Formats: sequence, structure tokens, C-alpha cells
Amino acid sequence: MALEDKVKDIIIEQLGVNADQVVEGASFIEDLGADSLDTVELVMAFEEEFGAEIPDEDAEKLSSVGGVISYLKEKGFE
Amino acid sequence: MFELNDKVAMVTGAARGLGQAIAVKLAEAGADIALCDLNAEWLEETAGKVKAIGRRVECYAVNVAEGDSVTEGVKAITKDFGKIDVLVNNAGITKDGLLMRMSEDDWDAVLNVNLKGVFLCTKAASRVMMKQRSGTIVNIASVIGLMGNAGQANYAASKGGVISFSKTVAKELASRNVRCNAVAPGFIRTAMTDALEPEVQDKMKELIPLSRFGEPEDVANVVLFLASDASAYVTGQVLSTCGGMVM
Repeated sequence: MALEDKVKDIIIEQLGVNADQVVEGASFIEDLGADSLDTVELVMAFEEEFGAEIPDEDAEKLSSVGGVISYLKEKGFE
Repeated sequence: MFELNDKVAMVTGAARGLGQAIAVKLAEAGADIALCDLNAEWLEETAGKVKAIGRRVECYAVNVAEGDSVTEGVKAITKDFGKIDVLVNNAGITKDGLLMRMSEDDWDAVLNVNLKGVFLCTKAASRVMMKQRSGTIVNIASVIGLMGNAGQANYAASKGGVISFSKTVAKELASRNVRCNAVAPGFIRTAMTDALEPEVQDKMKELIPLSRFGEPEDVANVVLFLASDASAYVTGQVLSTCGGMVM
């Protein structure tokens, strides 16, 4: 599965949203109804899926679907 | 209602005293128990008691004041048991002395175990509980954290901290069906109170409306209540278990 799809699947499952809402420009809090705890859980789920360790200062910046995808790509995950 | 059938409970400072009584009580209510203390060998006695009840028990050497040790411990427990339903933060120490004579080391030691330890264990276990969408955390505070006590500035500050920490965790995790409460024991009969002169003991009892020291089991009963579904609508509270000494 491509990285984009893995990320989107996690977001769909964690936030309980529909696949068509999870577009690259969607913000977790403003568009997908996440609260602050949801965003923490999302980062934890990404860490688990990709075996990554995402530092807190990076985690704060990961606020949108596209942001996460480009961050993970930048770090060399696939 | 007061049952924990098939639940997994992690108890820190479980080698003796209150921690042992709590572990046994939770096991009697049906829980499997993950015992934690500085040295795993110290846990043999408690483990034997839990086994005798017929529940599963595992022992873990965890220094609650060290983040890596706590992370490793919680990881091992989750691997062995598959989940953590109940966390009882019981590990605690005293290093008493009047403020003017209290060393920085004694302050740090007490705050590190009693307060930072609660933070680290709660943080690690809450990751598991948030994912499960269920869990209960019971922090052992003290009436000293509510009323203060001459000669215990470090201990009182740590236990007061545990109380406000518990309220904050209750608010942060409520939406994930994770509850957090504190128990504030008063004078409980342990090796420490047994060592006091009889006259001193009598003086102390005069301050207690129920005019006796508590037994470790009195505290364990309250922990069981807060750990079980009997307290499903209770979070962020401090339950004093002190014979009415503090009201």
C-alpha cells in the first residue's frame, strides 16, 4: 500500500471520518473535527505504523493530511 | 459491582505495606496483577499471596522515578498481559525533617518518587488505556497533602501535587473513558505507626473521630471501589480514608 493510503486509513480509523473527507488539504482540527487529544493519538498511530519516532516539536506541526504525508516522505518512510 | 474479573491491574510499590494489601484486594476481586517495585525479588511475598488466590501474577523491577525504567516496565506488562485496565500509583517514600534542616537531596528524592513517579507511570499507562478506550487510575495521595504536617514539607508537597495531578489527568482523559482518582489515607497501621510510643499513639487517636488507626485493608477497599465499575461516575475526586480526621 502506498504511504498516502496508509496515512489516510489511519486518519479514517482514528477520527471516524469518511474517506472522501480525507483530502490532502484537510486540517485535522478544523475540517475533520479532531480535538487536541485526537491529534496526539494520531501521531502515536503514525509512529506505530511506520516505526517512526516523531519528536514533539515536529508533532505540533503535523496538522493536516498533506502535512503528515510530506513529513513522512521527507523522513524517508514509505 | 465491586469486581474486576479478567481485568489487569498494575500496582507500584507492591512489595509490602499498602501496596501489598492493594494487590491482594484487587486479586480477590478477580484481577490479574502486575507487581512493580524497585527490586523484583522483594515482590515474592506479595506474588505468593496473589497466586494463592488463584490469579495470574508477574513481577517487574521498575524505578518509578526513571522514565526509561517505567517505559520498559509498561511495555513488558502490556506484552505479558495484553492490556492494562487499572493502574495504582502507590510507590512512595518519606524523608522527614523540619524545613530549616531539610536537604535538597531529601526534597528531590521524595518529589522524584512520589510525584514524578506518578507522572511517569500515568503517562506510560495512559497511552495503553487511551487506545483501549477504558481504564482507571488510582493515585495514593495522603491527608498530609490536604492539611500539611510539620516535618514533612517534601512529602506534603508531593502528595498535594498528586491530588492536583489526578484532577488534571481526570479532565484530560475523560473523553477516552479513562478515570483518575486519588485516595488520601490518614494514619494507617504499618511498621511506621507501630514504632511510635503508646502515649503518642493515643494522642494521635484523639484526633481521629473513629478513634483507631486505619488498617491497610481499609485503604485497599477504597482503591477497589475506585478501580471498579462501582465508581463508574466518579473521576477527579480525592477520597480521604482517615477515620474522619480530615473533613
